[in-house]
Amino acid sequence: MLASSSSKLSHATLVHRYPPSKLHSEEEMSDTVFSSDENEMNYKRENVTHKDDENLQCEEFEETPLYAAILTYLSYAILCLFGWLRDFLRNSNIEKKRGAVDPNAALGFVPLYQSYESFYTRNMYTRVRDIFNRPIASVPGAQFELTERISDDYNWTYRYTGKTINAINLGSYNYLGFAEKSGPCATDAINALKTYGVSSCNTRIELGTQRYHVELEQLLANFLHVESSIAFGMGFATNALNIPAVASKGDLILSDEMNHISLILGMRLSGASYQTFAHNDMKDLEAKLRAAIVHGHPRTQRPWKKIIIVVEGVYSMEGSICRLPELIALKKKYKAYLYMDEAHSVGAMGKNGRGIMDYFGIDANDVDILMGTFTKSFGSAGGYIAGKKSLIDHIRVNSHANTYASSMSAPVVQQIISSLQLLKRPEGQKRICQLADNTRYFRQKLVDMGFIVYGNKNSPVVPMLIYMPARVTRFNREMLRRGIAVVTVGFPATKLLDARVRFCISAAHTRQMLDTALMAIDEIGTDISLRYSTRHQSRRLREL
Amino acid sequence: MGSSANQDNVASLATDFYSLLESFKETPFYHLLFEIFLVLTVLWLILFRKPRRIEKKLTEKEKQELIDEWQPEPLVPPVDANHPALNVRVLDGIVGKTIEIDGKKSLNFATFNFLNFVGNPRIADKAIQAVQKYGVGSCGPRGFYGTIDIHLELEERLAHFFNCEEGIIYSYGFSTVASIIPAYSKRNDILFVDEGVHYAIQKGVEASRSTVKWFRHNDISDLERLLAEQDIHDKKNPKKARTLRRFLIIEGLYMNYGDLCPLPRMVELKYQYKYRIFMDESVSFGTIGQTGRGVTEYYNIDRRKIDLISSSLEYSVGSIGGFAVGSSFVVDHQRLSAQGYCFSASLPPLLAAAAIEALNIMEEKDTTLCDTLMEKSKRLHRKLLDIKGYLIVGEDISPLKHLRLTNSQNTVARLEEIVEFAQTRGITITVARYLNDEHHLPEPSIRLILNVEMTDEELEFLCTVLQEARVKVTV
Repeated sequence: MLASSSSKLSHATLVHRYPPSKLHSEEEMSDTVFSSDENEMNYKRENVTHKDDENLQCEEFEETPLYAAILTYLSYAILCLFGWLRDFLRNSNIEKKRGAVDPNAALGFVPLYQSYESFYTRNMYTRVRDIFNRPIASVPGAQFELTERISDDYNWTYRYTGKTINAINLGSYNYLGFAEKSGPCATDAINALKTYGVSSCNTRIELGTQRYHVELEQLLANFLHVESSIAFGMGFATNALNIPAVASKGDLILSDEMNHISLILGMRLSGASYQTFAHNDMKDLEAKLRAAIVHGHPRTQRPWKKIIIVVEGVYSMEGSICRLPELIALKKKYKAYLYMDEAHSVGAMGKNGRGIMDYFGIDANDVDILMGTFTKSFGSAGGYIAGKKSLIDHIRVNSHANTYASSMSAPVVQQIISSLQLLKRPEGQKRICQLADNTRYFRQKLVDMGFIVYGNKNSPVVPMLIYMPARVTRFNREMLRRGIAVVTVGFPATKLLDARVRFCISAAHTRQMLDTALMAIDEIGTDISLRYSTRHQSRRLREL
Repeated sequence: MGSSANQDNVASLATDFYSLLESFKETPFYHLLFEIFLVLTVLWLILFRKPRRIEKKLTEKEKQELIDEWQPEPLVPPVDANHPALNVRVLDGIVGKTIEIDGKKSLNFATFNFLNFVGNPRIADKAIQAVQKYGVGSCGPRGFYGTIDIHLELEERLAHFFNCEEGIIYSYGFSTVASIIPAYSKRNDILFVDEGVHYAIQKGVEASRSTVKWFRHNDISDLERLLAEQDIHDKKNPKKARTLRRFLIIEGLYMNYGDLCPLPRMVELKYQYKYRIFMDESVSFGTIGQTGRGVTEYYNIDRRKIDLISSSLEYSVGSIGGFAVGSSFVVDHQRLSAQGYCFSASLPPLLAAAAIEALNIMEEKDTTLCDTLMEKSKRLHRKLLDIKGYLIVGEDISPLKHLRLTNSQNTVARLEEIVEFAQTRGITITVARYLNDEHHLPEPSIRLILNVEMTDEELEFLCTVLQEARVKVTV
């Protein structure tokens, strides 16, 4: 017994609980054992749907190596020094001031921007601006055309050469590969354009509701196994304009610290009090729930009218998945309500693409308010809220977007309807399986090569840590030179230390594309020495 | 006798006092110190010690009891099943000059289709071409491969149309102005806002957390009063005043009232009191001015004097989304600080293509679209004034007018009856809908919107129906 278990352990990759590093504030999540190497080589679809919560929840957040942290701080310090030097040179007119000038400057107006606010923009962001906002000239599918742009003055202005660069797309949110310019969805969208025109120029409450809106909402409710749903034209606005309809003054909102800014804006506009709990930390959440119910409002001591927990399904910068079974248990125990934002998980997670509930095998009625977007997995635009009919009716009456914002455009709605119908058929199932396979393959290879990769092994969002701002920039430019477009993010979208590259895997990626990408990452990772992981041995791709 | 007794008393007191002092001299030093210490302690206890608050330390059992007892409110309160939001009219087909509801066609005076671009075959063709090249969605925010060359083209075209340095587009009309205001105005900055602005601007103002000073709708003297007050306040604290930014938030043509803002005077005041003007021209873009370039064209004011013009692509242009134009200095800031721009997916390319084609039509050499629209609006205004019993709110050149019943008869119920009656006669109009938490809820009204393709006969028909409805409802 002992012998067999020890031999199993020697083949497996163990994840111990590491003490939280002083430099790295992310705490370790799990101490489960990965499945053995054998299983991972012959990965089968059924393993994921096995209701073993530990297996579904296994996530890894390796702490920052000390030398990387020191070098990163040093890099920022040097950048700041140079920034001050350049500002000094510009202010003393030794160097020419670039960038736009306030037309009202000399007339005694208060400056529109404080000089320290734009210090970062002038001196750090502009130097590396070419890695962001890259324009594309084709459909954002698995491979696309980037418009070539060249700067002669260190990114202050660009000129377009007129040529395009063909690149593999690891940056767009195209999880199920519905970003297509031909095929059944595109054809349906074109027919909708011919029948209904582009827009109807009115709000839903007045004369903007068309039959296809009603159809979409019914289809969506059936897809998610809920009573009712309502759709809006913008995902960001869905959060920002509907949380005020659900929460108000006198309520408490407990939100995860890594929540998206649209959720935070919605919470602020609602007038409710809000507190954050540590990312995916159920113990912290429970402690805060208990304290909230026992003590009530901190100043008036009145009990809260209701408590809403706001989490996301898949966190877009961390790649982690919310701990839904534990959240449901907590929510039921303390009579709180749960709002789950499935922007990145609907369509992409679960056996049938229904999101995190499908992934964990939980009844949809356990989550009070389900929110999601159509941009990522359905290749369209917009957002929705789903739940009980009483909730949706209330939102229809009180939502800012329902009363004041234009209704969704016909081809956009048709694309969603077509993709929802496609997901029910075998072709849709194939896409879901392909995405899951691609995700696991890509993540496993990166981890085996010795890179630090965050998040759950089933999440299609794959963040790989690079830490230093200069390395982040060089990685991005080198990847583009090799024909692969990636998204790199640094401060202030992430913490100062944790600059990273975030890969978005798609069902449209072929094994060949992923291998090309992996080879490029392998080369560049060796050139710039990005293999920070101490838990996994650093290996070259050819050794795997 | 008494005086000598008194004298004796005083003398005895004096000797007592003297002997007390003598005894002090004789007491040992430590005793004196101890006495002084006691006196000081008593003084401290009386004067300075705060009463100690009894800490409410609950036991675990008590905490568990509180948790078990606590009953939250239901997630949402019950709603009235007769609310208009739950009983909307469902349409079929293209919502252009005519609408089809339940199989019957009627003339459309309700949707914001000023230039009748909805259903325009040229625009639909261009949108179809865009789908065939780019697909439907853009699959990412502007920063991460969501910038498509067609977005850049639309931004350039809009900047060119308004003769401004730069333009920026958003993917939702509501979020445009609601993201722009908080990007510039932060806590402690001062916003002078007209009371009649529409809801999206109110939300933007709320999200900015700035100090807001509301002035009465279109009342310049009220604005001047507020500015003068602020000026006095500034003179008291000039150092602080130099760090506070001031903005004036107005609309070109107000959606809730149909009237123009007094822009020339506001621009004069701008240079006097040093505030920046952010003008929302959602309704006036494409409708006011000889070529549809808005209120600045109508009043012949140099557009460079307005710091930022924001607008929506959802009204005259017949697409979805919003945009802002202005100098590069002002507009470029939004690319990193406007939440609705940075953190949201970009506009689907087909909608951008539709907007570009609409601009092409508007910029055609011999077009008289906007001129015609202004003329027809004036004609409609005259005709409406002839109908008894209605109060017309709005400028004569405005294609958006609000209709109210006179006196105390102006209720939502009566207006809805008028709308129903009009529908049976083949005219579709709508009661303007608002949420109850508007800052300054406008009075109930019917919002009439003129489509440039409406003929004179159709306008006559509208007036006839409105007259009949009025008679029927107030009988």
